[in-house]
Amino acid sequence: MTQGTVLIRSERCKGCGLCIQACPQQVLAFAETFNARGYRPVQLDERERFCTGCGVCAIVCPDVVFTVYRQPLRRVERR
Amino acid sequence: MTTLSLEAPLREASAHSQMEIVYAPPAALADVPMHYCPGCSHGAIHRMIAEVVDELAIRECTLCVAPVGCAVFAYKYFNFDSCEAAHGRAPAMATGLKRILPDRVIFTYQGDGDLASIGANEILHAALRGEPISVIFVNNAVYGMTGGQMAPTTLVGMKTTSSPLGRDPLTQGHPIHITEMLATIPGVAYAVRRSMHSVAEMRKTKKAIRLAFQAQLQGLGLSIVEILATCPTNWRLTPIEALDFIRDRMAPEYPVGDFKVDERLREKG
Repeated sequence: MTQGTVLIRSERCKGCGLCIQACPQQVLAFAETFNARGYRPVQLDERERFCTGCGVCAIVCPDVVFTVYRQPLRRVERR
Repeated sequence: MTTLSLEAPLREASAHSQMEIVYAPPAALADVPMHYCPGCSHGAIHRMIAEVVDELAIRECTLCVAPVGCAVFAYKYFNFDSCEAAHGRAPAMATGLKRILPDRVIFTYQGDGDLASIGANEILHAALRGEPISVIFVNNAVYGMTGGQMAPTTLVGMKTTSSPLGRDPLTQGHPIHITEMLATIPGVAYAVRRSMHSVAEMRKTKKAIRLAFQAQLQGLGLSIVEILATCPTNWRLTPIEALDFIRDRMAPEYPVGDFKVDERLREKG
């Protein structure tokens, strides 16, 4: 499976939880602590499953919190 | 800035360097925090518009006309020129701008309290004149900025602060269907309704915004994209319940779909 990760700008997150619900891999969860604006931001929780870099979190996020990274695909050359 | 270290910096910094970026915030969106409530659709719609502007490479010639309503600060969030219209008058202002600056891409960003009530006259006559502007119409069925009063688009039976017993059609009338109404007008090239309640629908919303801009670039006439959006604060729901509210309550009243697509636009994409 493709490997990926997300960079989360925690200070921008308002803790709406839309990405947590939308994440197909269920690797996002609320942090235990609060950010400077008083919200509990999301964080990557990869204890059971791993991020595939699909970018669904970035699509649903209303606060542009995510930058999504993905392992480059190895392309098979056609002969 | 913050006392958190949630990013596990060292491990991920090395991981990031080997990976390619598949999504980064669009350049047409200013790097400032937005004032919207948690879970509000406005932020995502702003981001989609910025992505479309970047993809079409029209950032230097785009002009946004911001409304009065929650999106009143839209000019702060876009990295291109914007101006602010009086309540409901964005289509009139966009008309003037388009006529003196015909080479610019001009769009209005309006809510339902702005476009469907006080501005209904303006949008109707801009459509009748066939002004080649794009209209992004965010319909969340309440006046969000002023505290959730009843809007023309409020659903029958929906409780708001000014219809505490639920909207009664006998005294408060029926919801208005702006997009269907505009689709009957010859000057309108593109009239569609989209929703924000799922990832698939959000992808379609972005495509519709793109086509609305293309309709303007081709000079086909007025293009309007109505977007069913959430207002968790004034609906008194959590952000996730608000998505279900769109799917179960709003979408049956306001069906998602294409009401008018100009043939010349269909050919292109």
